[in-house]
Amino acid sequence: MSTTPVDGTARARAPVASAPPTDRGRTPWARAVIAQALMELRLLVRSGESLIVTFGIPVGFLVFFSQVDVLPTGDQAPVDFLVPGVLAISVAATGLVAVAIQTAFERKYGVLKRLGGTPLSRTGFLVAKGVAVALLLAVQTGLVIGLAVLALGWRPAGGVPLALGLVVLGAVTFTGLGLLMAGTLRAEATLALSNAVFLVLLVVSGVTFDADALPDSLAAIGTVLPVGALGEALRVALGGGGLALAETVTVALWGLVAIGLASRAFRWEP
Amino acid sequence: MTEPSAEPAIVVRGLSKRYGGVTAVDGLDLEVRAGETLALLGPNGAGKTTTVECCEGYRSPDAGTVRVLGLDPRRDAAALRPRLGLMLQEGGVYPMARPMEVLRLFAAFHAAPLDPEALLERVGLNDARGTRFRDLSGGQKQRLSLALAVIGRPEVVFLDEPTAGLDPAARRLTWQHVSELRAGGVTVVLTTHLLDEAEHLADRVAIIDHGRLVALGTPDELTRSGHDELEFSARPGLDVAALGSELGADVRAVRPGWYALQAPNEPATVARLALWLERHDVRIGELRSGRRTLEDVFLRLTADDGGEVSAVGPRVAQRRARRRSRAVQEDLEVGS
Repeated sequence: MSTTPVDGTARARAPVASAPPTDRGRTPWARAVIAQALMELRLLVRSGESLIVTFGIPVGFLVFFSQVDVLPTGDQAPVDFLVPGVLAISVAATGLVAVAIQTAFERKYGVLKRLGGTPLSRTGFLVAKGVAVALLLAVQTGLVIGLAVLALGWRPAGGVPLALGLVVLGAVTFTGLGLLMAGTLRAEATLALSNAVFLVLLVVSGVTFDADALPDSLAAIGTVLPVGALGEALRVALGGGGLALAETVTVALWGLVAIGLASRAFRWEP
Repeated sequence: MTEPSAEPAIVVRGLSKRYGGVTAVDGLDLEVRAGETLALLGPNGAGKTTTVECCEGYRSPDAGTVRVLGLDPRRDAAALRPRLGLMLQEGGVYPMARPMEVLRLFAAFHAAPLDPEALLERVGLNDARGTRFRDLSGGQKQRLSLALAVIGRPEVVFLDEPTAGLDPAARRLTWQHVSELRAGGVTVVLTTHLLDEAEHLADRVAIIDHGRLVALGTPDELTRSGHDELEFSARPGLDVAALGSELGADVRAVRPGWYALQAPNEPATVARLALWLERHDVRIGELRSGRRTLEDVFLRLTADDGGEVSAVGPRVAQRRARRRSRAVQEDLEVGS
């Protein structure tokens, strides 16, 4: 057997060929999903632009604005104000920008279609994407919190488990929004729109500066947008204020709508 | 599969598929035997890809049924997909991923995959193992796609224009891999508009035009259909009726200076023709018996005006065909 043919010669000779097809057809689902998730993760990390958005922007915001007192942060210390907002930005950057763009181009290049022809089911594919997002976010969150605690002297007033739960909720919501764009728009449109939306969310949502500094109308819009709502919910949680119900419901509603629309309108083919 | 199998690998019955107002496939019937290589041949837009995609489970038929290995490609997708291998017309691979990574990924989707390392070597991508997919040459991309189609040891493989855009050497290499699949007992369905590809690889050729099956047979059967025809060129205005009664066969002037005899290519027929020509002092230009090339068959059958072509006779059809064949060639280059 020094030459392995490209075809199924070996199988045809092997007794396994006569086994019932369902037996040899069964693929360990978990193995397929883990392999896919690791591939997703590798590709997310391999794309330099996406790393700038997912790591560079949040960490940059945190370090720069906690050191340089140019933003109105209300009566809080800059770092106390910034950490929740930067966490919200991280979640939005990964779900809304990185995942959206990556998935949009996967669709454009026929990768989604090709994967659809493998034993990896669509559910398996989505689970893998979710796992990749979760792993990336774990690193991001760890980095932001680690940096804030070790370098910037940040001490949460409590509610860390609640905050982590909110990060997960936010991840679901923003990944849903990202997939909605990726599955319905052209890849180029997704690229432009996700970056534009991200930028607008940053500005009007008051995550890096006190929304009171914005005109009232803009501030009102900011609070119903998911980044602002997530930032505020995290701020309340990490400030020891417990669950901010209205903000949490706002984030969840955005998620439900996005996932509902995506599951109807998502196109797998280019 | 090595054991003889009575069940066809693929059964397509009355398959129809429309996109908006355009009918892509129109009542197609087709059976693919287990272990055979079938070429779906047809011009662009004939419905080849749609047919294949209905078999792969990407499209649901508007009418008719498709069974692959006895399963419904959509309803039974979960059971069927592990047993299929496919190669789409467009890459379908992450542009930033490297061949080895993608092979390992696809290996993880299957219960008993081929060894990615050996397969990489086998398709000649060893030197490109670390090159991103987007930086591979067209031939390397196609070879990786082919490797991905077979890594799960499929029983049925669909190859949609596996050699589109390849240079002749790369095409030969792909042909070799497809032949090996066949030797391994895998059922292969490939679409192509390259006639030599169909002739070279396929046990049987199905010619599709306007979404319908217009011919099906081995390359030999398809090209033999012109066997009962002799053609010769001579001065115009011969008395075809007299010649016909002399030979006991139908003789027609298919165009000025060209005559077709509906008679088997037997030495006796040729001898009697020669006698008649001598008696009437007719000098012939060319005499040919009709083993057509697959190209002739294909172009006759897929001519735009369909059945009317045979009415004007083979020579005209062939001339038209040659013009069209240039267009097909151009399509090929653009189409890839």
